[in-house]
Amino acid sequence: MRVGTILGRPFFWIVAAAIALFVLAPTLGNNVELRESLLLAAVYITLASNLNLMLGYAGYVNFGSIVFFGLGGYFCIYFVNSLHWGLAPAAIAGGAAVSVLALLFGLGILRLRGAYFALATIGVNEAVMAFVTNFQPWGGGTGIYLSTELFKPLGGPAAALWVIYYILVGVMGLSLYLSYFVKLSKFGLGLLAIGQNEDAAAVLGVPAPRYKALAYCVSAFLPAIAGGLYFFKGAFIQPTDAFDLQFSTEAIVIVMLGGQGTVMGPALGAYLYEQLRGWLLTSDTFANFQLVIAGVLLLVIVLFAPGGLMGWLYGRWPRLKRVLE
Amino acid sequence: MIGLLASILDGLLVGSVYGLAAMGITLIWGVMDVINLTHGSMIVAGMFGLYLLFNDAGVPVYATLPPVLVAGLLFGIALYGIAVHRMIGRPPLMSLLSTFSVNLVLVGLATAEWGTVLFNVPVSLPGFSLGRYTFPGTHIMAAVMTAVIAGILYAFLFHTRPGKAVRAVSGNREAAELVGIPTTRVLALAFGLGVALACVSGMLIATLFPFTVLSGDAYQLKSFVVTVLGGLGNPTGALIGGIALGLFEGLATPFMPVSWTLVFEFVLFVIVLIAFPGGLLNLRWPRRAG
Repeated sequence: MRVGTILGRPFFWIVAAAIALFVLAPTLGNNVELRESLLLAAVYITLASNLNLMLGYAGYVNFGSIVFFGLGGYFCIYFVNSLHWGLAPAAIAGGAAVSVLALLFGLGILRLRGAYFALATIGVNEAVMAFVTNFQPWGGGTGIYLSTELFKPLGGPAAALWVIYYILVGVMGLSLYLSYFVKLSKFGLGLLAIGQNEDAAAVLGVPAPRYKALAYCVSAFLPAIAGGLYFFKGAFIQPTDAFDLQFSTEAIVIVMLGGQGTVMGPALGAYLYEQLRGWLLTSDTFANFQLVIAGVLLLVIVLFAPGGLMGWLYGRWPRLKRVLE
Repeated sequence: MIGLLASILDGLLVGSVYGLAAMGITLIWGVMDVINLTHGSMIVAGMFGLYLLFNDAGVPVYATLPPVLVAGLLFGIALYGIAVHRMIGRPPLMSLLSTFSVNLVLVGLATAEWGTVLFNVPVSLPGFSLGRYTFPGTHIMAAVMTAVIAGILYAFLFHTRPGKAVRAVSGNREAAELVGIPTTRVLALAFGLGVALACVSGMLIATLFPFTVLSGDAYQLKSFVVTVLGGLGNPTGALIGGIALGLFEGLATPFMPVSWTLVFEFVLFVIVLIAFPGGLLNLRWPRRAG
């Protein structure tokens, strides 16, 4: 695929505009509150659009996608704290380490199909969490605290938060473009074929096990970097936060809400979910019922609108398919 | 030496209850190819059933079993109608997500009601002594109850008409429909039975260990481990798998801290899943076409 054809597609510019909006909106008014809200949205978009590579394209539900995020956080914090690396190399090395682990896991568990695979992903998350809880070099159950000294190279704590935000928005943008390029590529077509009918795809020459393992590996990289940045920002990591299944759950809700298998869907879903979550948390009646509402939302989508928001939009205005991927 | 033996025997007793829980998952999978992700919250429902009936209504501990069983059955049938029926025959992704979302709702509601504090139901039963070691009476009683329920389930599946219908639908749904079996009702019944088994095992587990609203996840995972050991879709295998897991826990307890047992269980789970996707025991029940 030539670069020119991609630059000619309107969707490329829509994503670019979204990134620009994320960068400019909080910067212009120096609005810290908006920045925090958008930061969380960027994390959600990163998690959801990478989950979508497995869930939406290949049709494999990964209940433990948060394991990438958490492990990435641990690697990054460990590199920064114990080996005194800079944030950028630490986060990237964390992402690479998690991708390699994902490839190894993936070659094993992706021989499994459907429900068996889903069970294995739950097992992987729990096994990793139980392991880290017992792993003393990473602080065991109490976790690792970072000294605020480590924020100095980024210009002190206040400036560091802005730097981390910009990098996270960059990671979010990369996730969206990754999702887009994968969808346009032969690799992505292969994944979509696997999602429709794995046996038929294999017969037609799609190297299904290799593609699935590759998708699993690729979908680990950016969430791991996001995890590194996220926990560095908090200056603290512990197993129950890093491997919180609630994040995995929310990522699934987001992908389904926006529309599985589309590029825009997870982004749209993540933004809406973040808004909804913010509203629920501040409301008196629903503050304790955030998960309940996420659950009801997911059930309604699965039962009545499995295509999600994008599916509904496509159904309403079929021409949108050409513009919004 | 005798300590190890006692630890193993105790593991067997507790493991049989895990087996009972896993039978619930495996029955549903065997009949309709749906992994019931509400399993964990149904186990917790059984725990709280015991707690409420025993603490608030003063029902004797083991007399709570029949009401918990019946309530589980009815709730399971209702759940089938709400979240599972529309997913039958669709990709596994959809039924996983729908049961998963119901689980979220249930856990969320229970957390809002009871928080995440530890609950405990004090049950005193005389134990059985073997030298210096005493097997708690509750462990023995739980194993006995498990044996009774497993026996009843077996009799139901093999010697009653509805039970035979469940097996027929499990074997081949279209053929069962053709010979006049009302498959939708049978599927609902099977789902109800699976949920009832989860509730009852939860009730029995609550007589053994303290629990919280969030305990369901851990026991659900144990059930998965057990099902995978025994082969998905095979109730006998589930019982044997449960006992095997109990044996493993019993063997491991003297040698490693409890927190590590979990790591090994899950690693074992993933390895077995990869190496033997058909289960270690692979006694597929009943034989399925294709």
